[in-house]
Formats: sequence, structure tokens, C-alpha cells
Amino acid sequence: MIDLKFKQIVAIVTFCFLFSCKNTTGELVEIQGKQVPIDASIKPTESISEFVAPYRNRIDEVLDSTLAFAPEPFLLDDGKRNTSMGNLMADIVFKETAPIFKGRTGKELDFVVLNYGGVRSIISAGNVSARNAYEVMPFENYIVVVELDGSAVRKLIDFLTKATRRHPISGIQIVVDKNGGLESVDIHGEPFDESRIYYVATSDYLVQGGPSVGFFDEMISVSDTDYLLRNAIIDHFRKVDTLKAVVDDRFIQLEN
Amino acid sequence: MKRRDFLTNTAAASTLIGLGGLGMNSCSRLGQKHITILHTNDVHSHIDPFPASHSEFANLGGIAKRATLVEQIRNENPNTLLFDAGDIFQGTPYFNFYGGELEFKLMSKLKYDASAIGNHDFDNGIDGLLAQMPHASFELLCANYDFTNTVMNGYVKPYKTYLVDGVKIGVYGLGIELDGLVTKKLYKETVYLNPYEIALDMERKLKEEENCDLVICLSHLGYDYDNPERPMDTQLAQRTHYTDLIIGGHTHTFLEKPDVRTNRKGNAVLVNQVGCYGINLGRIDFYFDPDKNASAEGVSIVV
Repeated sequence: MIDLKFKQIVAIVTFCFLFSCKNTTGELVEIQGKQVPIDASIKPTESISEFVAPYRNRIDEVLDSTLAFAPEPFLLDDGKRNTSMGNLMADIVFKETAPIFKGRTGKELDFVVLNYGGVRSIISAGNVSARNAYEVMPFENYIVVVELDGSAVRKLIDFLTKATRRHPISGIQIVVDKNGGLESVDIHGEPFDESRIYYVATSDYLVQGGPSVGFFDEMISVSDTDYLLRNAIIDHFRKVDTLKAVVDDRFIQLEN
Repeated sequence: MKRRDFLTNTAAASTLIGLGGLGMNSCSRLGQKHITILHTNDVHSHIDPFPASHSEFANLGGIAKRATLVEQIRNENPNTLLFDAGDIFQGTPYFNFYGGELEFKLMSKLKYDASAIGNHDFDNGIDGLLAQMPHASFELLCANYDFTNTVMNGYVKPYKTYLVDGVKIGVYGLGIELDGLVTKKLYKETVYLNPYEIALDMERKLKEEENCDLVICLSHLGYDYDNPERPMDTQLAQRTHYTDLIIGGHTHTFLEKPDVRTNRKGNAVLVNQVGCYGINLGRIDFYFDPDKNASAEGVSIVV
């Protein structure tokens, strides 16, 4: 009796396999989509962790000694037209580049323009290490000094005032009216003089990308500093105890 | 007339349908072929999980955990493929110190099948990318970069087909315009071709010549832009005829669920992107039924 029932079940299951479940690809009938978070609940695969460990240890040795202190976090969204993190970056580039440029050419650096997208991370409050510099500037970009005539500087300022992103600047003060029209520009404390030549430190990324990047359309010359942006940041961290930068009046929009 | 209609169910509705038709479903599932597609994008050298102190992504990500998850899913369904949509490189000191070697070695250990090429994968130059190719057991796919006059010539395929449990899957890659995004010094003589035109060529070839059952695009174009002139995945989906799934990248878009668009033939195309930094794993399951009558009821999409 039991035997018979079992045989029947086997027969039914076999039937199902043979006839309902043909071995052809058939039509696409259903698609299910979701994303699975990779969170703390998942155990790491040990063989992978072990493989990574020596690579990580070497990096940690190099990067994790404390170089400076951040009393407050430096952020990329704390001001309307300039930010504490952007200002920190642009000021570092100014301070570290001006003496090199002067030493090589005898000329004064006028101001600094970087791109907002090139500052890849904030710096949290607390101890600051070379690791922060890698987070902020992971790219292998070099500082270059661009020679611009007055009309090219005007175009650059025009680009900056129309930009929706808060591109970091240093050594230049831009004031726009409530409609975004240019109110005043001071470079190094002097009113912008369209008849003279200016020297602007920036990232080689913005120069090599050419006009399509938007910053530097017409350049008289470009001087290499052979100085990685990241190394300028690390050198600055080594020199100062406490990092300082706040949202200030270097680029403001008047309210009325 | 639409050959294949589609309906999008919420998870709740599909559960009801599932329960209602339990008897029939369980039988037909036996005969159905089940293909699982897993994907990441814009991992940007994030090999370790984010630290607990991170303000946005505390304790998320990490490739050793991703390995566990992928292995679990492969154990459930051996008919699984794993893809990446590009920007493997750049973002942590692992890249600055080792040039992408570790990223490629680990993706090979996880048995990635293929990846698109992202703009940041040129960050150590095209020579820097070539230097890491010996460490990759997976394919780099890009149909709209012409590498003929570069050192990468011969190392990148436009597409690849996979036969998984008798289901033929065609996968093609698309890359973003490099001018203005990457220094020419880095990408050198790589020529960018119109991704929309190339996509139509690729999907036609994969469907009509290669007779693929499933066509997947690995795209580093970006999910969506305000500027309609910029090629984007949402537009690509609507311009294609045969592509079933676009796995996207570049814009670091965290989608709540895969986006379902309608293609030129009136069929559904899924567009998915899972943010960045290896925080999520995308999972798309395709079920094929040998009973052709099933198609009269359309493709049920559960996202």
C-alpha cells in the first residue's frame, strides 16, 4: 500500500519533469531586481581579508602618523559662495606655491583657482594625518602657474561668478550683486587691473583639459612647479600645528 | 502590437500573486531557468569597509564582505554572473600606492566576469591601465572606445557572450566621453564613439547574429543629466530595441530600486545603479519559462 503511493508520487514528479519542465530556454517571464547592502551583518571572507592585510599594513605605516590638528571640521557646503574646506585648500596652495614660484621666476604669485570637484573629501575635526591628504586629493595632479592677460582673467572671473559650484579661490576677492552681476574684484588687496598680467596657481588638471574644462581658455604661458597638490597639503600639515580656515568674504553675493 | 507586455508589481502585490498560485508556480519554477546577475559600480578602490566613525557610510562596504555575499548567492544559484560598471580605480591610498594591482587581483578572486571602463580607470594613464591587465582574469568591455592606436589595442572587447545553463547572455560595454573629463595626456589616442549608435549596433548583433536570450549593457555613461545633449542611461534605455538590462555607473546614483523604462519595441528595460564605493551589491534575477504560452501573460517585473 505504502509502496504503491510512493511509486505514484515518483511517477507524478517524473511526469512533471518530463513534460512541464522542458529543457529549452523559453521566454523571459519574470525579472526581479533589488540591491543588497553590504553591511556589518555580513561576515568577511577570511582568505580575502588575509590577502589584503599586508597591502594595508604598508599603507598604514606610511599614512597614520599625526601631522596636525583640526579644531573644527572643514566642510564643502558650509558657505554660499565659499567653503571652509575649499578655502583651506586654496590657501595651502597659495602659501606653498608662492615661494617656489618666486624662487624660480622672481615673480609674485597673484592668486589661486582650483575646481570644487577636485577637492574629494572634507576633513573631520581631530588629528590630521597624511591619510587626510590622500582623501582630499587622491589624484596625481601637479600645481602649475598660469600666466594670464587682463581679458583672460576677466573671463576666468566671469566663469567663477556664473558657476554653480563653489570653486576654491585664494588671494582674490570677488563681490557680486544680488543678481549675480560683478560688483568688485580685488587681487592681492588691489582693484583688478585689466591692463596687466596675472600669475594664477592651479591644478594641471584644469590646464591640460583645455577650454572644455571651462577655467582657462586663453593662457600666455604655463609654468610647472613639479609639486604634487597632495604633497603641498602634506608639507603644510607638517609645518602647522593647527589648521585654520573659515567661510569668509573672499567671494560674497550682496543681498540688496 | 506589443509582442511582450510588462507589468510592474510592488513586492507586496507579487507576494499575493505568489501565494495565490502556489501550486502551479512551484511546478513551473522547477522547469524555469534562473539567471542571477550581480553588479557593482564606482567602487573607487574601496577595499576596506568604511570606519565606524564615518558620517555617511559607517561600517558599510568592504570587499571581503562582498566576497561572502557573492559566494552565498552563487551557492544558492550557480547560474550567476558578476559585473562592474567601471571606475574601479582611484579613491583610496590602495590605488596611489599600488596602482590598481590590488583592485584587479581582488576582483579576479571574486570571479568577476567583466567590467566596463570608467574615466578614472585612466587615472594612471592608458599605460597604467595596461600595466594592471596581467592581474585581471575578467574582461574589460567597451564598444565605443577605439583603442586601435593605443597600447590597450587588443586588450578590450566590445562585447562578450556567456552560456549559462543553456541561456545565452550577451554583454556589451559603453564608456563616457573622455574629453573634458580626463586629461588627453592620460587617455592618449583613445577615440570616443557615439554610445547610442554603438549600442544599437551591439544589441542588434547580440540579438540577431549571436542569438542571445538576454542582452546586458555595462555603461559608464551616467544615470541621468539635466543637459539632454549628454548621453545617459535613462535615454539609452528608451532608444534601444533588445537591451534587457543597463548596469550603470559614473553618477554614483543610489536608486531606491531598479528603474523600469520602455524601449523602442514597447518592452521593459531595467536601468540599475547601486551608488558607489562597494556599499551595495545590485542583484537582478531573470526567470525563463520553456512554456511559450507564458509569454502571453507578459514579463512580470518585481522591483
